[in-house]
Amino acid sequence: MLRHNNAGNRGRDKTAVIELENVAYSYGGGELLTDMTLSVAPGSFHFLTGPSGSGKTTFLKLCYGALQATAGHVRLFERDVRGLGRDDVAILRRKIGVVHQDCQFLDHLPVTENIALPLSVSGQDTSGAGAEANLKELLAWVGLTARGDALPPELSGGERQRAALARAVIMSPDVILADEPTGNIDWEMSQRLLTLLVELNRMGKTILVATHDLGLIRAAKAQVPTRVLRISNRRLQMAGADL
Amino acid sequence: MLQFDEKADRVVPPTGFTARLTVFSSFAMAFLAVFALALSLAAGRVAERWGDELAQSSTLRISAPAGEGVTQTEAALRVLRTTPGIVDARALTIDEQRALLTPWFGADIPIEDLPLPQLIDITETDEGYDAAGLRLRLAAEAPAAVLDDHARWRRPLIEAASRLRILGWASILLIATASAAMVTLAANAALAANAQVIAVLRLVGAKDTYIARAFVRRFALRSLTGAAFGTLVGIVALVLIPSRGDSAGFLTDLSIQGWGWVWVILIPPLSGLVAFIATRFAARRVLEELA
Repeated sequence: MLRHNNAGNRGRDKTAVIELENVAYSYGGGELLTDMTLSVAPGSFHFLTGPSGSGKTTFLKLCYGALQATAGHVRLFERDVRGLGRDDVAILRRKIGVVHQDCQFLDHLPVTENIALPLSVSGQDTSGAGAEANLKELLAWVGLTARGDALPPELSGGERQRAALARAVIMSPDVILADEPTGNIDWEMSQRLLTLLVELNRMGKTILVATHDLGLIRAAKAQVPTRVLRISNRRLQMAGADL
Repeated sequence: MLQFDEKADRVVPPTGFTARLTVFSSFAMAFLAVFALALSLAAGRVAERWGDELAQSSTLRISAPAGEGVTQTEAALRVLRTTPGIVDARALTIDEQRALLTPWFGADIPIEDLPLPQLIDITETDEGYDAAGLRLRLAAEAPAAVLDDHARWRRPLIEAASRLRILGWASILLIATASAAMVTLAANAALAANAQVIAVLRLVGAKDTYIARAFVRRFALRSLTGAAFGTLVGIVALVLIPSRGDSAGFLTDLSIQGWGWVWVILIPPLSGLVAFIATRFAARRVLEELA
C-alpha cells in the first residue's frame, strides 16, 4: 500500500483522511480503474497525473464520494463511503473542498453568494458581521475583492478558478481536491493559483491536484514537499523521478 | 419544510415558464374549485329544503261519486285527526282549489261545475305517521280517498340534488388531482432544467432535503399565490351572478353561505398543500435519479 505523508509536516497523528483499498470502478461494462490502494495522510500535498481519459476525474470523484467504487473500499475520514446515505456523504463533503476545471456556479447569484454557498447549505450564518468580514478577507486572498458583486458568467477563466478555490475553502475543509485547476488559465494565473494551494497546504490542509501540467508540479515541488501519483493502465502508480 | 429561508430560496433561479405554469394552473383550478364548491353547496341546500318542505306534508284526494263527497270528506277528516303523527288536517276551500288551478286554466274557471276531487292538506309531526296503517283505515271509512304522501315524486328530486352535490365534490377532487399532476409536471421540468444547480449544491455539501426544500417551498408558494387570486376572482364571479332569493333554483342560487365560506377560504392553502406534496414527491424522485 502506498502511504504518502508530507515529510515536513507538523508531527501530529497521521490518520489517513482519504483511504482507498483495492478500489475498482467500472462504467459501461468496462473497468476504468482497478486495484487502487492509497492512503492520504493529513497535511500532505499530492499531484495526480496520467494521460487524458485515464480516469483522473473519476479517481477524484471517488475521493469525495460523488461516485461509489464498484469494488473495494473508499474511506473518507475513516468512514467507509459504501455504507453511507446521500445525506451522510453530503456532510462528509463539507470537509472536502473541490475545484473543477469547468468550475460550475449558480449563474444567477453574485460571486460572493456563490463563494458563501457552502456556508448557506450547511445552515451557517452568512450575513453576520463576522461572516461578512471573513468573506471579504477570503475575496481579498484570492484577489477578487473588486469582483464580488459580479455574476459568474462575467468572470474570466482565472477569476472563475480563484472563485471556485475560495468557495472550496470557505468551510475551512481538511482536504482540497482540484481537477485540472490550471487547464483553462494562463501561466501567470496558474502560478497565482498554485501559490494559494501552497499557502493552504502550509496551513495544514491536505491537497490533491489532478493535472497534466508538469511545470505546475515542478513549481510546487520547489516550495513544499509533494508526492506525484500517476494513473497508468487503469492502475495507480508512484511517478518516477523525471518529474 | 415551508419555513422561510431567503438564502435557500435564492439558490433556485427565479424565473422560467414553470413558474408561470404553476401560478396559472393554480389560478384556473382554484377558480373552477370555487364554482364546483358553490354548485355542491347549492345542491345540498336545495336537497335539504325540498326534503324539509315536503317531508312534513301530505295530501289526501277524495274523488267520491256525487252526493258522497261531503260524507267521505268528513269521515276522512275524522280518521286523520285521530291518527298519531298528524298535527293538522284541513279540507281546502273552493277558493284555495281555484287558486291552485288558476296558473293553468285562468281565473275565470267555473270550478263549481267541474267534478274536481276534494283535497285535504295534512301536516305531520317530525316523526311522521304510519302511511300504510292510515291507508287501511281510510279504505274502510272513506273508500274514495287516495293518500299522496309525496314520497313518490319527492325521492327522485332529493336523489337528483344529492347526486349533484356528490358531483360537485367529485369535481373538486378531480380538480385537486389535476392540479397536483400539473404542479408535478412543472416541478419535474424545473428540476430537470436545473440539473446544474443541483450538481453545484451537491458539490458544496447540500443535503437532498435542503435542495428539495428550495424547490418545494417555491412551488408551494407559487401555487398558493395563484390559488388565492383564482379564489378571489371566482368569488367575484359568483357575486355577479344575479340571485332571485329563496325561491330560486340551482342556476340563480350559486352563492356561498354560512359555513360554506370556510371551504372557500381553505381553497388556497389546500392548493398550496397539494403543490407541496406533489413537488416533494417529484423532487425526491428526480434527486434519486440524479444521484
